Amino acid sequence: MPDTAAPLLRARGVTRRFGGLAAVSEVSLDLAEGEIHAVIGTNGAGKSTLINVLAGEIAITGGSVELLGIDVTHWPQPKRAQAGLGRSYQRTTIFPRFSVFENCRLAAQATHQVPWNWWTAAADCPISTTLAREALYRTGLAGLADRTAGLLSHGEKRQLEIAMCVATRPRVLLLDEPLAGMGAAETERMLDLLSGLKSGHAILLVEHDMDAVFRVSDRITVMVNGAVIASDVPAAVRADAEVQLAYLGEVHV
Amino acid sequence: MMTIARRFAIPLAVVVLLLAFPLATTGFYLEFTSKVMILAIFALSLELLVGATGLVSLGHAAYYGIAAYATVLLSPKFGAASAFWLLPATVACSALYALLVGALSLRTRGVYFIMVTLAFAQMAYYVFHDTKLGGGTDGIYLNFKPEVVLFGTKLFDPGKPVALYYVVLVSLVLVFLFLAVLLKSRFGRVLAGIKSNEQRMRAAGFATFPYKLAAFTLAGALAGLAGFLVAVKDGFVNPEMLSWHESGAVLLMLILGGMGRLSGAVLGAFAFALLQLFFQWEVVFGNFAKHWLLMFGGTIILCVAFMPNGLIGLPAQWRARRARKTMEEARA
Repeated sequence: MPDTAAPLLRARGVTRRFGGLAAVSEVSLDLAEGEIHAVIGTNGAGKSTLINVLAGEIAITGGSVELLGIDVTHWPQPKRAQAGLGRSYQRTTIFPRFSVFENCRLAAQATHQVPWNWWTAAADCPISTTLAREALYRTGLAGLADRTAGLLSHGEKRQLEIAMCVATRPRVLLLDEPLAGMGAAETERMLDLLSGLKSGHAILLVEHDMDAVFRVSDRITVMVNGAVIASDVPAAVRADAEVQLAYLGEVHV
Repeated sequence: MMTIARRFAIPLAVVVLLLAFPLATTGFYLEFTSKVMILAIFALSLELLVGATGLVSLGHAAYYGIAAYATVLLSPKFGAASAFWLLPATVACSALYALLVGALSLRTRGVYFIMVTLAFAQMAYYVFHDTKLGGGTDGIYLNFKPEVVLFGTKLFDPGKPVALYYVVLVSLVLVFLFLAVLLKSRFGRVLAGIKSNEQRMRAAGFATFPYKLAAFTLAGALAGLAGFLVAVKDGFVNPEMLSWHESGAVLLMLILGGMGRLSGAVLGAFAFALLQLFFQWEVVFGNFAKHWLLMFGGTIILCVAFMPNGLIGLPAQWRARRARKTMEEARA
């Protein structure tokens, strides 16, 4: 078990309603450094909405979000990102026409924006280029730095998506189905990458691939209809009768 | 080194040609080229929005026209104004209006953004069209062209076509270089990122609205520079300068020349004006020249259909076609 130091992200009673529908209802969870915290649930359980609310992409209806001990409940997304919250999307959101390096460099530039300096070429900016190189190295993409991002394979694009998050030097990573559409070999590579990212980061992982989730996660939260029905270490979640009934079904009995 | 030489060879040749042009001609063609270079500045200013940031504005003529009107309205009735304060003042007028319009319109996206920018341009148009302020439909004349006097000596006389030609040429080169450097800077890269994927930019930590607003205001200011130059050149302004025809025309220049490249905007302005001139040529088209708009419009449609990346994209388009052909031949 990871230590019980103050969590990097603390969500309390997070609720998001769309009209009469509570897509996310009273969700509380902590993300600690060095830990992969998976959120699983059927389609429509509210996992992506939860990520969107935590990231500040959609407004919260109720509850609170604390990032590194600061209340960020009503902060807009860019401000949260600057404070150390990175996220990836289910649908890859890279810049297809830029090089792999420039994708990361531009993302890294967010940590140190100097918009009024119009005369220095961005490529000469030491901070963002260093951060980008580090991120590419850390995510195993250093060899592809000069490739055009749009021409990468699906798995490499997903890796780049993570690399762009890492380039902004976040403390908390919210990853929305990083394994979606990946082959077996690509999945292995991504799982290694995620395990490697545990040090220094708190990771929230939304994922449908149950084998992968139970392998890499330190903690699993199960959502049904927007609410949490269980949250524990993988072995305990697997044994939970309610979870088996609601989600895992007969497969894991 | 070779690639650098090749990259700068064509623009340099164009600048040298334009520098030498007044030696070869005077009168109509000189004035025509001045006008086209002003339009190129105008097109470049819109390129910053459409090509660089992905913001399609259909009201860009407003900033062009407002500066032109400001040039006339701010000039004293009796005597010449100094260009040293008149130019910043007129550009500031355009920039201010752009700041206001941008602050409101940039909250919308896509078609809504196009319509809101158009609406604000039409508002400005009707202010000058329907009030005494701008002389109504007839427009107003600039009685005295601004003078460029430094420490008591007249540097040059903007009233002289050749002097104005060089002022316009220098302005065009400076605007081009400024934008080229700007687009490579961190600010420019953020705009490119916003064009490519604004959601990702926000997720990375960029508050995109201020960036877009800065680009919008800057584009308005540069359009204002073009408006100032055209008012000084023609000595006359009318409301049509702010009309949606003008906004559409400058957008067509970008489409014709090719978006996403600064040289595309300049090329587009020249191609647009030359096509217009060509189809009005009675020697070639006789009486039919009266219907030049028909031929002009048809040509533009053909250009858009057959050159998806505009004139500037033609070499790449040909290269791709040739590569495809050789591949097919190799397979056969």
